[in-house]
Amino acid sequence: MECTFEPVILCFCCQWCSYAAADLAGSMRLQYPTNVKILKVPCTGRVDVISLLKALEEGADGVFVSGCLIGDCHYVLGNQRATKRVAYVKKLVETIGLNPERVEMFYNSSAMGPQFAQCCRDFTDRIRNLGPVCKIEKTATGPTPEQRASA
Amino acid sequence: MVTELEKVRERFLADIQNSIYGDVMVVGGGISGIQAALDLGTAGFKVFLVEKSPTIGGHMAQLDKTFPTNDCSMCIESPKFNECARHPNIELLTYTEVDGVQGEAGNFTVTLVKKPRYIIEDKCTGCTTCVEYCPVTYPDRFNQEISKNKAVHIFFAQATPLVTYIDESCLYLKEKKCRICSAVCKTGAIDFNQKAQKIDVKVGAIILSPGFKPFDARLRDEFGYGRLENVVTSLDYERLLCATGPYEGEIRRASDREHPHRIAWIQCIGSRQILPGANSYCSAVCCTYTQKQVILTKDHDADAECTIFHNDIRSYGKDFERFYQRTANIPGVRFIRSYASLGKEIAESKNITIRYAAEGGVKEEEFEMVVLSVGLTPPADRNDIAARFGIELNSHGFCKTNPANPMETTRRGVFISGAFQGPVDIPESVATASGASSQCGELLSYRRGKLSRERIYPEERDVSNEEPRVGVYVCHCGANIGRIVDVPSTVEYALSLPNVAHAEESLFICSTEAAQKLSKSIREKGLNRVVVAACTPRTHEPLFRDTLREAGINQYFYDMANIREHCSWVHSKEQEKATEKAKDIIRMSVARACRLEPLLEYDLPVDKAALVVGGGVAGMTCALSIAKQGHPVHLVEKEKELGGMARRIHYTLEGLDVQAYLEDRIRRVYQHPGIRVYTEASIVEVAGFVGNFTTRLKSDRGFSEIKHGAAVLATGAEEYKPSEYLYGQDEKVMTQLELEEKIAKRDKSIAGSRGMVMIQCVGCRQEYRNYCARICCSHAVKNALKLKGINPQIDITILFRDMRMYGLREDYYREAADKDVKFVRFEPEDRPLVEAVVAEGRPVIRITTLDPVLGQRLLLDADHLILSAAVVPSEGIKKIAGLFKTAPGPDGFFQEAHAKLKPVDFGAEGVYLCGTAHYPKHISEAVSQAYGAAGRALTLLSHETVVASGSVCDVDENRCVACGACITVCSYGAIDFAQTPKGRKAAVNAVLCKGDGLCNTVCPTSAISLKHYTDEEIFSQIDAVVPPRHAHAH
Repeated sequence: MECTFEPVILCFCCQWCSYAAADLAGSMRLQYPTNVKILKVPCTGRVDVISLLKALEEGADGVFVSGCLIGDCHYVLGNQRATKRVAYVKKLVETIGLNPERVEMFYNSSAMGPQFAQCCRDFTDRIRNLGPVCKIEKTATGPTPEQRASA
Repeated sequence: MVTELEKVRERFLADIQNSIYGDVMVVGGGISGIQAALDLGTAGFKVFLVEKSPTIGGHMAQLDKTFPTNDCSMCIESPKFNECARHPNIELLTYTEVDGVQGEAGNFTVTLVKKPRYIIEDKCTGCTTCVEYCPVTYPDRFNQEISKNKAVHIFFAQATPLVTYIDESCLYLKEKKCRICSAVCKTGAIDFNQKAQKIDVKVGAIILSPGFKPFDARLRDEFGYGRLENVVTSLDYERLLCATGPYEGEIRRASDREHPHRIAWIQCIGSRQILPGANSYCSAVCCTYTQKQVILTKDHDADAECTIFHNDIRSYGKDFERFYQRTANIPGVRFIRSYASLGKEIAESKNITIRYAAEGGVKEEEFEMVVLSVGLTPPADRNDIAARFGIELNSHGFCKTNPANPMETTRRGVFISGAFQGPVDIPESVATASGASSQCGELLSYRRGKLSRERIYPEERDVSNEEPRVGVYVCHCGANIGRIVDVPSTVEYALSLPNVAHAEESLFICSTEAAQKLSKSIREKGLNRVVVAACTPRTHEPLFRDTLREAGINQYFYDMANIREHCSWVHSKEQEKATEKAKDIIRMSVARACRLEPLLEYDLPVDKAALVVGGGVAGMTCALSIAKQGHPVHLVEKEKELGGMARRIHYTLEGLDVQAYLEDRIRRVYQHPGIRVYTEASIVEVAGFVGNFTTRLKSDRGFSEIKHGAAVLATGAEEYKPSEYLYGQDEKVMTQLELEEKIAKRDKSIAGSRGMVMIQCVGCRQEYRNYCARICCSHAVKNALKLKGINPQIDITILFRDMRMYGLREDYYREAADKDVKFVRFEPEDRPLVEAVVAEGRPVIRITTLDPVLGQRLLLDADHLILSAAVVPSEGIKKIAGLFKTAPGPDGFFQEAHAKLKPVDFGAEGVYLCGTAHYPKHISEAVSQAYGAAGRALTLLSHETVVASGSVCDVDENRCVACGACITVCSYGAIDFAQTPKGRKAAVNAVLCKGDGLCNTVCPTSAISLKHYTDEEIFSQIDAVVPPRHAHAH
């Protein structure tokens, strides 16, 4: 069962650092699983709670945000805001019974192609181990997605 | 007679037809040349950028990171490559050298030789298939010959132009064999028949930016470079650190490819030495780049033990002192102040021993790797450059420049920028580039805009009533995508997606020919959205947006599906899965494209006048340079008279008569009809934004309201008023500036002083003022030399922590020592003690200090104690910064937009800075920055309008509840409340908005949205991320 499950993973990259890191991983021909799909945003500070939740709701099995290194945000504080938001979403998904490990924040400067590829590999492994998103992973502290949908 | 005239006319016409015309030629395509070309091109001049290597980029492209911010070097430089390549007024000539120069300022004829790259540049798409098949490997110059490359290759991954070249190691060139590359090249770009080509170009001015040559460590054979495998130079090490380097960012040593843990750096290799082959000057950058390398080494390997053998630590630049402390405080990092020599190589381990002076004698220690911090030397072909361009060099082989203007050579119309003036760091190279461009502008102002071009596009079609009709173009990128991803199946898939009206494949969608075809098919098929599935938008989006504009479609109706960097290249071993992922990426892109909205880029008029705040040397120089280019300048000075700090300076280390120079500047300012001077002025209010400022001020002219397009802040700095060392209590204690005034007034007591002691670092390099004031060491040496000139018997002792006589100033340090000025170091925790006593019947200042070399306390009785007082930010700097919506940095000086590449720009557009308001600096450095600020201001003022991006935030007034959350979160003050017919609502100033979208996420009612990244657009991509079938499976 485990080996046939191919998770869908969405990655939000800021256009300055992390998108460039992903490009660099490409020009260095570093290999990572095909599961990761990249969505470019101007700044990770633009990624809101809804977007992260929506990704999981639409059926992505994991979602991560990759921003500039802390202190290097081209818009000063965007990545710090994203960090807080990701932490918040982790709590939220836990409340609805999903494993918070499905949501993560990473930091990759535009020179960190190898590290970006590593993030993709590690995160894919993590999600592969967690299994598909629809499975409620532990006792929810709030309504399940199904209950929410019916409400 | 008539025939004679006709002959002249014919000759003239033939001359015009056969010549290539431009305004300025920039020789050297490193960061300095690039900046000069960009500034000139943007300011309306036609520029030829000539570079002898196959790509622009220079040494900066080889660096891993840049100090003191540790920004990735390539990431900040490569966007400038693209800007150059796409600039309508810049003609890039790579692999080209200058053969000769004739003529004079305003009318030079430069003969260029374009070397054969054996590649037809227009046909090469940079797909690198030829590189893969080429059988010849040879040491890769870009990687300092540590790794190998092919005989045909692209110089480095971000090379511009992104085309290959064939090196002389090619089998066909050597032995007429092989030609595999010709066989595999699908575009027929390889041409072995190419010959060197001569081109004559006529220009009005020339900027030389040839850069530097790293010191050849082989010239100091005792350090073993080239003989011992594990001895590398700092530039080699830079490549080892870099992710694109020989070991993909892993630090390995040559002997066994292991990661070294004990690494030593030896400073001043080839610098600060009078030895055969070495240079006497200080290379100015090595101390800080070594610290950077140490920090990065510790990032790579937290357990690494880093040891730096050094002389003085010269952390003289902005934020350098803190950077030094940061390095020194890392556990496992040792700074050892000692000369170091190589002991031996240990046969089994290939480790190397270093001998150095330590307490209790000479110590020998073993290291796994040794890095030689090599200095900067003039270009290898400096004598040729001098002969060809008819300029003179100084004794070190750098360009001889005007002491008051480091960009002016001995030949009119020929300017320099960057490290050809002597060892300088990147910001100085960039500032002098902008400065040289401003001086070209002064010379050629009459022809600005005559040869420059702007693109003209057809009128945009209104598609607001049309259903989305998406065109999808999938690129093979030669084999780069096509070999992994099944391109035909992705085209078929694209056609199955909703709203896709057309899809096709292309071998190289970026080729000029394909782009034209794309434009044509947009028109023919009536498309209103375009998705190109190819490479990264970071390099190619501007090209395709341009193509849409040419097809009469709004450029924001474009989206790029990155199926190369993010797919074929990273999944090359999983062809099927890569094809599936390519389809996913295209699906997301198409979904997004359907939601895209046309956006308007705003054209805002630019007021042609400039405001310069501060009437010192920097402010006046900047004002004059702007005014000489035909723009009205308002020069505002808070004092009664112009001149600033320079009024108190009488001579420089290099011998400039400052008062005469100042008088000349002031006269020129008052004589210039375009400059209006306001003295005793204070600014009351600044309103507006880039291109349209309104400043109200009070001055000797009463109240004025000034409209201006740009502002330059040159508000200067002040000398620290010491509270230590009996200053103000004993008249024998004075600052360097006060001493200088006394010397200038030929004060008898000074000239007859029997003993003088100077104390350095008074009021700086302390916890409460944690920076080095940069100029005080030179100031002390300057005054000491002047006094020795007046009275050679005078006994002078300088008490210092590090003598920071960086660059060519080192020579004066040596001269002072030769003239018997004594230099005694003191430790910050054991500062000299100063008391007023009577000795041998006369009142003296007694200084007690510990000499760390002798280990003894010295007692010095001096007639005069001179304090090298720090340079501190001027009192009003906070207020001025606030008025112009900028913030001072941690030390209270103005904070530039980017420490490396925007040294004279503020983050706020249309506002520039120069002089000591930025950081303490010498007059020549302030002048460089002043011209630099003028050059940058001209890139704005020379335009009628300024364009603002369409991707900015917008408020839906129906939804806005005026909570102000967006206003708080915006870092740029772009949002404010405004009264609307619907009441008080948030309103975005599109000009100030940077398009980060931070406000979107805090708005409780989703009233504010960032155009081009709206919720709808992002959600559409999220919706499409899961393939429809996959979604069902869950």
